[in-house]
Amino acid sequence: MAIEVRIPTILRTYTGGEKSVEASGATLIELIADLEARHPGIKDRLVGDSNNSGERDGEGDLRRFINIYVNDEDVRFTGGLGTELSDGDQVVVLPAVAGGSRLGSAIAR
Amino acid sequence: MLTISAATRDAIVAHAKRDHPDEACGIVAGPEGSDRAERIVEMINAAGSPTFYEFDSGELLALYKEMWAKDEEPVVIYHSHTATEAYPSRTDIGLASEPGAHYVLVSTHEHGNSEGPAEFRSYRIIDGEVTEEEVRVTDHVSGPGTDEPAQQLNQHNESE
Repeated sequence: MAIEVRIPTILRTYTGGEKSVEASGATLIELIADLEARHPGIKDRLVGDSNNSGERDGEGDLRRFINIYVNDEDVRFTGGLGTELSDGDQVVVLPAVAGGSRLGSAIAR
Repeated sequence: MLTISAATRDAIVAHAKRDHPDEACGIVAGPEGSDRAERIVEMINAAGSPTFYEFDSGELLALYKEMWAKDEEPVVIYHSHTATEAYPSRTDIGLASEPGAHYVLVSTHEHGNSEGPAEFRSYRIIDGEVTEEEVRVTDHVSGPGTDEPAQQLNQHNESE
């Protein structure tokens, strides 16, 4: 089952510079495991031990500042890492664009 | 070095002043690989906060899909600090995820929503390393060598 996964610039070091790779899996977490097998190291950038979703499945959770979309739907609204996939689905990975002064400037004023 | 038109620079500063005291955010897209900051896209700060900004996840996808369709990339990613200087915070550094982009910081802490100068500074943020860069403001975004003489700007730039 081939699913196209769009890889953001910052993670292309794991895909040999490829913008888009193929992977397979019946669920998102299976897809990520397959990605990891093909592109070692990438899973840790997508999945961590804790986030704000409250979901715990022993596989970790999607990182807070990583967005994954399946057919344009943010997976946070479609079952998270358990989101079911079908052949031909389009998966997009995008890091959040976020920041701010919350923790204080590195150079205090 | 960031090369940016006066019109785009002023639009970023105007956005920051309008949204003060919340942080304003957006991008300037340009043709992939060109380093030309051509098309400003003001984004909504989904965090609606004076100390944090985040693009809404749905709007983020729509933005990237539009850029991919046009063979564009985010040349500039900008946001404002509303109570501190225009220098990347630890949060900014930790979350910076576009190694090819110029990270522009505007500070509205001196004049808020009012007329007056606003700090406008640009950085590269790569693997947690921050490097400030020169900002060259031009009348037009065009190739090197065809611009008007550069107006060198670092801090406390005047904005209309």
